[in-house]
Amino acid sequence: MSLQYHGFQSISGSLVVLDHVKGAEFDEMARIVLNDGSERTGRVVMLEGEKAVLQVFEGTNGLSLTNTRTSFTGRPLELALSGDMLGRVFTGAGRPLDGLGEVMAEKYADVNGQPLNPVSRQYPRNYIETGISAIDCLMTLIRGQKLPIFSGTGLSHNKLAVQIVQQAKIAKAQNAQFAIVFAAMGIQNDVADYFRRSFEESGVLQNVVMFLNLANDPIVERIITPRCALTAAEYLAYEKNMHILVVMTDMTAYAEALRELSSSKGEIPSRKGYPGYLYSDLASLYERAGIIEGIEGSVTQLPILTMPNDDITNPVPDLTGYITEGQIVLDRGLEQQGIYPPISVLPSLSRLMKDGIGEGYTRADHSAVANQLFASYAQVQDARSLASVIGEEELSDTDRQYLEFGKMFEKCFLAQSFDESRTMEETLELGWTLLSMLPRSALSRLDDKMLDAHYSPDAAKALIEKVVAQNG
Amino acid sequence: MNTPVIYSINGPVVKVRNTKIFSMLEMVYVGNRRLIGEVIGLNETETTIQVYESTSGLEAGEPVEPSGAPMSVTLGPGILSNIFDGIERPLRGLEAESGAFIADGLSVPILDTECQYDVTIKTSVGEYVHGGEVYASCPENSVILHLCMVPPTVSGTVVFAAKNGKYRVNDEIVRIEDENGTVHSLTLCQKWPIRRARPAVKRLAPSRPMITGQRVIDTLFPIARGGTAAIPGGFGTGKTMTQHQIAKWCDADIIVYIGCGERGNEMTQVLEEFTALTDPRTGRSLMERTVLIANTSNMPVAAREASIYTGITLAEYYRDMGYHIAIMADSTSRWAEALREISGRLEEMPAEEGFPAYLPSRLSEFYERTGAFETLSGREGSVAVIGAVSPQGSDFSEPVTQNTKRFVRCFWGLDKALAYARHYPAINWTLSYSEYTDDLSDYYNREVHPDFTAYRTQISAILKEEQTLMDIVRLIGADVLPDDQKLVIDIANVIRVGFLQQNAYHAEDTYVPLMKQFQMMKLILHIYQVSRTLLSENVDLGAIRKSGVFDLALKMKYDIPNQQLAAFDTLTEKIDGMLEELRGQKKEAVV
Repeated sequence: MSLQYHGFQSISGSLVVLDHVKGAEFDEMARIVLNDGSERTGRVVMLEGEKAVLQVFEGTNGLSLTNTRTSFTGRPLELALSGDMLGRVFTGAGRPLDGLGEVMAEKYADVNGQPLNPVSRQYPRNYIETGISAIDCLMTLIRGQKLPIFSGTGLSHNKLAVQIVQQAKIAKAQNAQFAIVFAAMGIQNDVADYFRRSFEESGVLQNVVMFLNLANDPIVERIITPRCALTAAEYLAYEKNMHILVVMTDMTAYAEALRELSSSKGEIPSRKGYPGYLYSDLASLYERAGIIEGIEGSVTQLPILTMPNDDITNPVPDLTGYITEGQIVLDRGLEQQGIYPPISVLPSLSRLMKDGIGEGYTRADHSAVANQLFASYAQVQDARSLASVIGEEELSDTDRQYLEFGKMFEKCFLAQSFDESRTMEETLELGWTLLSMLPRSALSRLDDKMLDAHYSPDAAKALIEKVVAQNG
Repeated sequence: MNTPVIYSINGPVVKVRNTKIFSMLEMVYVGNRRLIGEVIGLNETETTIQVYESTSGLEAGEPVEPSGAPMSVTLGPGILSNIFDGIERPLRGLEAESGAFIADGLSVPILDTECQYDVTIKTSVGEYVHGGEVYASCPENSVILHLCMVPPTVSGTVVFAAKNGKYRVNDEIVRIEDENGTVHSLTLCQKWPIRRARPAVKRLAPSRPMITGQRVIDTLFPIARGGTAAIPGGFGTGKTMTQHQIAKWCDADIIVYIGCGERGNEMTQVLEEFTALTDPRTGRSLMERTVLIANTSNMPVAAREASIYTGITLAEYYRDMGYHIAIMADSTSRWAEALREISGRLEEMPAEEGFPAYLPSRLSEFYERTGAFETLSGREGSVAVIGAVSPQGSDFSEPVTQNTKRFVRCFWGLDKALAYARHYPAINWTLSYSEYTDDLSDYYNREVHPDFTAYRTQISAILKEEQTLMDIVRLIGADVLPDDQKLVIDIANVIRVGFLQQNAYHAEDTYVPLMKQFQMMKLILHIYQVSRTLLSENVDLGAIRKSGVFDLALKMKYDIPNQQLAAFDTLTEKIDGMLEELRGQKKEAVV
């Protein structure tokens, strides 16, 4: 169908209205050609009688009511897919950005995807070893999981994401191919460059597909970016049998783009001006993680979001937390103490870890050790808040032991250097050594059999001495 | 008259102009792909329809076809063990049609039409049957006997009755003629509109608890059969986990699990786990008495709004057979948000936080469909609802939590601080309440032990006192408190860790019978009494702590198996002995 429509009836923000349209489909794509020959893409977001409202991806700069010709493509927004996408860089809307030309498509797919039938899903059970103690032991990342990093501006979330990407190893699937899909939404050029350089240095660039919508790119395109990335990820996972880790940053910028667009459409806002459908919209992205029964590949998501004003109750982290299977929360206080990765242990969680750890996966005592570390570290917080009131000297012996434990836990367990990768075995042993600093009777989450096998105050003493020696 | 056609499309909301053939809440087929929709608004010029499937690719001008009936579910054998979407389409059937991803406009039979059921006819020609009366029965599976009841709106004389034998769901087995001479053909299944409550004879007062085997619930905040409870909690506080535990262990006959706007992996997990789990009471797979309704958060939002009603209608149907049903609705907040989203598309005037002004009335309508009833067939059945609430920003003052609180009688508030310390179930004992405690006291005192309620009151009192003391401790530390107050804190710790905290992954601790709950309370209170006497005899609290009695009490939940409650006597003797030894050792004079 090559009907062309001249001009628009009205233009407002990124939306344009066409009148006397026949046969336009909801959600289909339109091509807008300007008089100077340049092209833009629009999507039908509303139909009313013969009026069609289009959202223009590249923005409406320079459009007038008369200088365009619009034609409808009859298809929703589709992405050209091929195994050759690995190693390529695209714009946020899926057009090549690296000058290597169009992708030779093996298949086209609607970027919106379709909901995965719960009966076709396979429940995720295999863990991904990240080499980072806090994550591996306390909030284990599972293949097929969506586990976001809740961060704040200026924290080291990017560094952590790169470290995870570099060190991630999939247990029990050594010969399967592992690749990364990277979606940048509204991040600065420098940050995008940092990721690209880091991928290059660690030699994984050939296994990365990048979709870049930078801070100065149009916001409508930003809404498409994660969808393109996930469509590519699903293709590589389910049709090329690869294990895909999708890194998406920054989800807050994405949500803000959605808010901007919503308000330009005149929709009724809910909390903090975000549209009422923010939950459904975020879910339509996050739910695209998973494993399909009978297919080798998997899609694991590692979205990164910066909490505005470090506020975890802001709608973006809040709704994300309700959809994703846990969260890794970073803490400014720890970062300021020079602890990297600054993972705030107590609010962090991995919902799927309980079924992916323990005997047959990691080690039989894993879940008990993790539980005990959480419980004991929660006690540390109590002791600290008490100490801040009455002073450390006035604390009881037990409380002082907890303070000591807390300090060592942060220094030896949480903290590790950017290029240090600890095995699961090392991490768990370290956990035991630290727990051995506490009296045996305080370890109520561990049963006697485990305690007999692993509880060793001598090892704890040795560790303390080592740390003291290192610090002079 | 011409077929009505689509005038406008905005997300899941479609409008049709200049037609009067639709009626309110009627189910309609939208567009050439025949997407399922429901009429939600009518006026002079416009009919507003919400579409339960994705509207991508729909064109203005495509036809809209009325179905002549309200949005209904099909009720009959084959519902159990099944997993449906929000408008009762079987997900396994959809998988067979479109593969792993759900396509639009699919039409699949709701119940298995080929399966043969072993039917016993319960009526005969010439008999007069009224609405709700049982005319046939068939084992739906090895656990549940399915009763076929005359639709509540129909009654008349039986003019045909088939012989006992094997029939499929759509085979005619009974025909009745009503007073007007209209003949109704009855098969094994019937339809019922999801937004209308199925009628019953009368509502019964709550008198029996629904036993969940979870100590904090059964002992402190019990729920009645046919009761309502809300579980509000921020993300990661264990709403879903608590619901899974209740679904697995509660003594309801049938579980309806509604996954409303939640994670896909969670539904898969429920499906896998429940299929693999053996129900301790029937010895069969738990899935045989469970039905799942899944509208995951990426499935169409309008169907999310419907899923809650679909679930409760299925539950009411089984209630009418005389079963006790527990509905797990996870999460009612997503349902409220679906209301908000559609309300926004209709450009209605919003009330609080963008939610429509009719949110409270919709919530109350839903929760009022629960309760214990005398059914039309003369049986007793009940529907209980346990609704998870996901408050935005973990703030319990938001509209959904507040409005839900007005219509439920149990409130199990989950606490972030408890969850961070991995204290599960993270039900906060100061925030939560149950209005059923008084209604159910009789049952507990009669069936478990005459002292049950008295002990529960003492346990609550200790927890309350601890809270007051902790306010002081947080300011000046525990050392300044006198020994008897320190003892309260120690005992409260035993109650919190040894009693309220329950390990869902521990074979013995995951489900605890009421009698063991009672024995545990009794022993803790016993230790408290004896220790208090010792303190008054000048024995040092430190000595009591060192003796290890508290540690024994902390571990009794694991040490004493559910089936060997006699072990409590031995343990009590042992503890008495340990405390008796202390009696001689008086505290040395304070300098």
